[in-house]
Amino acid sequence: MSGSGFSRRAALAGGLAGAGLLTFGRAQKVLAVPRRGGSIRVATQSSSTADTLDPAKASVSTDYVRIGMVYEGLTTPDARLRPVPALAESLESRDRQTWIIKLRRGVTFHDGGDFTADDVVFSLLRHKDPATASKLAGIAADFASVRASGRHEVTIRLTAPNADLPAILSQPQFAIVRKGDTRPRGNGTGPFRVRHFQPGVRTVGERFADYWMPGRPYLDRIELIAIPDEVSRVNALLAGDCHMVNAVNPRSIRRIEASGSHRVMATPSGLYTDLIMRADAAPTGNPHFVEAIKHLIDRPLVKRALFRGHATIGNDQPIPPFHPYYNPNIPQTALDLDRARWHIAKAGLKGVRVPVYCSPAAEGSVDMASIIQEFGAQAGLELAVNRVPADGYWSTHWMRHPMTFGNVNPRPTADLLFSQFYKSNGDWNETGWKNERFDRLLADARSQPDEALRKEIYGEMQRIVHDKAGTAIPVFISLIDGYDNRIKGLHPIPLGAFMGYRFSQHVWLDA
Amino acid sequence: MANAFPQVARKAPRGASVILHLVARRAASALLTLLLVSIVVFTISGLLPGDAAQETLGQSATPAQVAALRHEMGLDRPAPARYVQWLGGMLRADPGQSLVANMPVRDIIAERLPNSLMLAGFTAMIAVPLALAMGIAAAVHRGGKVDRVLSLATLSMVAVPEFLVATLGVLVFSVKLLWLPSIALVSSEASLGDTIRSCALPVMTLTFVVVAQMARMTRAAMIAQLDAGYVEMAELKGVPFGRIVLWHVMPNAIGPIVNAAALSLSYLLGGAIIVETIFNFPGLASLMVNAVTSRDMPLLQSCAMIFCAAYLLLVLIADVVAILSNPRQRA
Repeated sequence: MSGSGFSRRAALAGGLAGAGLLTFGRAQKVLAVPRRGGSIRVATQSSSTADTLDPAKASVSTDYVRIGMVYEGLTTPDARLRPVPALAESLESRDRQTWIIKLRRGVTFHDGGDFTADDVVFSLLRHKDPATASKLAGIAADFASVRASGRHEVTIRLTAPNADLPAILSQPQFAIVRKGDTRPRGNGTGPFRVRHFQPGVRTVGERFADYWMPGRPYLDRIELIAIPDEVSRVNALLAGDCHMVNAVNPRSIRRIEASGSHRVMATPSGLYTDLIMRADAAPTGNPHFVEAIKHLIDRPLVKRALFRGHATIGNDQPIPPFHPYYNPNIPQTALDLDRARWHIAKAGLKGVRVPVYCSPAAEGSVDMASIIQEFGAQAGLELAVNRVPADGYWSTHWMRHPMTFGNVNPRPTADLLFSQFYKSNGDWNETGWKNERFDRLLADARSQPDEALRKEIYGEMQRIVHDKAGTAIPVFISLIDGYDNRIKGLHPIPLGAFMGYRFSQHVWLDA
Repeated sequence: MANAFPQVARKAPRGASVILHLVARRAASALLTLLLVSIVVFTISGLLPGDAAQETLGQSATPAQVAALRHEMGLDRPAPARYVQWLGGMLRADPGQSLVANMPVRDIIAERLPNSLMLAGFTAMIAVPLALAMGIAAAVHRGGKVDRVLSLATLSMVAVPEFLVATLGVLVFSVKLLWLPSIALVSSEASLGDTIRSCALPVMTLTFVVVAQMARMTRAAMIAQLDAGYVEMAELKGVPFGRIVLWHVMPNAIGPIVNAAALSLSYLLGGAIIVETIFNFPGLASLMVNAVTSRDMPLLQSCAMIFCAAYLLLVLIADVVAILSNPRQRA
């Protein structure tokens, strides 16, 4: 079907087994033959008694890894953020509103049950039930109907056209559970079955022998734990107690690489910490104030000093440079004290004290606030930096004062970012701005079949956000994983640590 | 110490019933304390910003989702009603359902409490005899070389923060020498040997922290007794010094020593948070911190009550031991 951008890519994904590796930089790794067997221990940075085996509730890194081990979605993102088929064989649509999804045959759940259209219908519709407390309830609201149109075919009708459905379905929360599983306890189709699960302590997965991908997974066993303390996490890696850890501080890189038996993998990602200036408050609602602040940020300094170079310079709009829809023609905003001074004078804010809230909850925000405060002082703007605790930050401070910091995780599509954070009625319209043209373009892009035109529309939206919105995005933060040399088959996927948390079916242990 | 002659060997005739009475009174006041603590814990935890519904749904929650979940969790009911229900549950030994983990609080605690008790137990097994030996040795050789070395050692142990002890321990024994695991991998599947190896560094760190204080208190209590007139009298009568220390001084010093030990040990259960963090030890302290951040009130309150109960129990034991060892306190 020429109408769907997805089926054209299906060919590429047919050989999913090798597809990911083609983009991996180190050629010798591609040549190495994967080896079966072995057991590894993986440590992420967050875990609590809220840890879950319910994909709909997944919200922290251990959840994503666990869900990625045990369950699968209909699609999965590749190294360039394009969705490739997983449990789906193809997704087709003529009008991008009604989608026909052909499912893979011969897939079994861990309990031996056949994977069919009913499981997909159940899994997708349960997000609409408030009792599920799904993280994606807002997106699931766009499913007008989901029904089985055959034993291995599902038809989804959306409330409005959306060309991004294949990408949306790749999110871990939309992983497929067994029909009737209202409280999923790990019965998925994924490469590992749950052997042991203790929330906040550990998860042990053992190789699922009947996994549909021949020869996969390579490992026999994965033990997943969380070590919240970064120093302990890196020590555990270096002491050989763990084989993979995520969220490595750039300061620890030299230590890891000096060991000789460990490496780091830096994944440039769409993760960003942004300074939010509310459009509905003073003085942040004043465009001159916003412009002044944007010119008070020394982006190369933020990149160098805060992230030791492991970041990508941002330009106050949320699409990172490596994204297919990135618009490279927007002039880069840079530190310019004279311009900032001029805007401050225009806004009549010289010498006025403006509070800004930062917190360790938004990575790097405390240091960013200090940097802006310093340059602000030079330009005649007095910023009062309020450092508040991480605990409770999102519910009590974020977006609640005229100036706060936010922290946004990578999203699989441009549409999700824009509709959640920038649409006038978006759930987390951080700055509370409203822009009719932007909203219209967002709807246009969703129904636009032509890729080139979509890119153009998203390009204009980036320009509007860059020019008008009250968000300053200094840098996109790279994710740094540390791993044991013997682990092979890893390559970055910009959605998250450990190959977008989906390493479990790809890696092997070279003894 | 005006009256320098203790009545160690003789027991007061009505001793048993007097002791029972004293213990009962102390137990009753402990229960009252627990009740007050429960009110305080409930009130203060209610002051935390946000609630479990908000924290569960996280940064990305919409108001409608939060309201629905809040209702499902029963958080929209008035606080006094929730308190009464919770207290009723506690009295029936049922601390309720965890708001975020979807399982009974009892089950979660049943997984973690044995770990904490094991850590505290191992530490006590090593720390208490060590501290007693150090304290007695220092007191007996007061002013001498042994005393000065031990004083220097205990004072510097008190001065070094435990995260430094733990981190240095990891760097030396795990990262450099590769002798011991850097994290505590405690699980039901692990063999006893593995468990002991896993606990080695955490126990070492905790021992480091509690031994110093116990040793110093022991030394002080011993010296107070050694200065008493009865020791001089015994010496004049020609009783061997070792015998004086063991049979005459110890029974009088045991009260304050057990008190010091109880205070130090009560720290092991709840105060081990830094050690639990650094070694990723799945114990109660980190569980409670977890409960605070996720606003899981039933879990948080249960942890607080356990810590408080453990503390009161240890103090009670110390009191009883003190009473038994020193008949004058029975009056």
